[in-house]
Amino acid sequence: MYASIAFYIIAFITLLSAFLVVSARNPVHSVLFLILTFFSSAGLFLLLGAEFLAMILMVVYVGAVAVLFLFVVMMLDVDFAELRQGFLSYLPLGGLIALALVAEILVAIVGRELGSGSSLINQQDAANTQLIGQVLYTDHVLLFQLSGLILLAAMIGAIVLTLRHRDGVRRQNIASQVGRRAEDAVELKDVEPGRGISR
Amino acid sequence: MIDHSHFLAVSAIMFTIGVFGIFINRKNIIVIMMSVELILLAVNINLVTFASKWGDITGEVFVLLTLTVAAAEAAVGLAILVTYFRNRGSISVEDVNLMKG
Repeated sequence: MYASIAFYIIAFITLLSAFLVVSARNPVHSVLFLILTFFSSAGLFLLLGAEFLAMILMVVYVGAVAVLFLFVVMMLDVDFAELRQGFLSYLPLGGLIALALVAEILVAIVGRELGSGSSLINQQDAANTQLIGQVLYTDHVLLFQLSGLILLAAMIGAIVLTLRHRDGVRRQNIASQVGRRAEDAVELKDVEPGRGISR
Repeated sequence: MIDHSHFLAVSAIMFTIGVFGIFINRKNIIVIMMSVELILLAVNINLVTFASKWGDITGEVFVLLTLTVAAAEAAVGLAILVTYFRNRGSISVEDVNLMKG
């Protein structure tokens, strides 16, 4: 009973905030609604018994991806009103296609008996995290390493794309600092009294 | 226990909202990328639902890979966006076809 109420509330918040992501006027608001969508989707994952993925969703999506979006939106000085031109002209066709798509998918889903699957996850004593750990590093170890490779490629790609060499920037040159010698740096002069140094 | 088709319906509606967002925000590449994130999230909900339905943990393992790909896609996409903005002073995606190499 409580699970049903929680499901309907969370699903409503999820879908409402997902709609506000695409329709908000200010992109900063879009990102904040995206964060709300991720949070409430983590709630849906919890209702499905996937605690580990709910936490991963919080950490990876909210902590990394959404903050990255927020950073870029705030860093770029863009006239967002200009980018919204044509919003209303795309609305009828886009709305029509969206309605057709969701109607088709819902017709396929709702009312169809999916069959009584045996919910092995909930029957076992082991925690969800433990179950994932048992298969992730044994059966799916190649998948695990592939995701590490993807992340490495993405990291190198992002660094290479945004790295910029500027001219005229004074940086510390450690080699020249260390290689400095007293003979080159200090010059001894025999100063005559009352004359000063003239070059 | 909630019927699993309810979760599938939520996932389907969220997927459609993502496609709809790509349609109506054709100039704003940032919102398009957020719509792609919504679509990937809908796919994740689908995978977790069926993992819970059939009691097979493989679906949840696959969600991990999807999350990784989504994070990598966001990082590289935003890096391209920052570079593009630095060169052009605008992020209007309708001008992209003017670059021509």
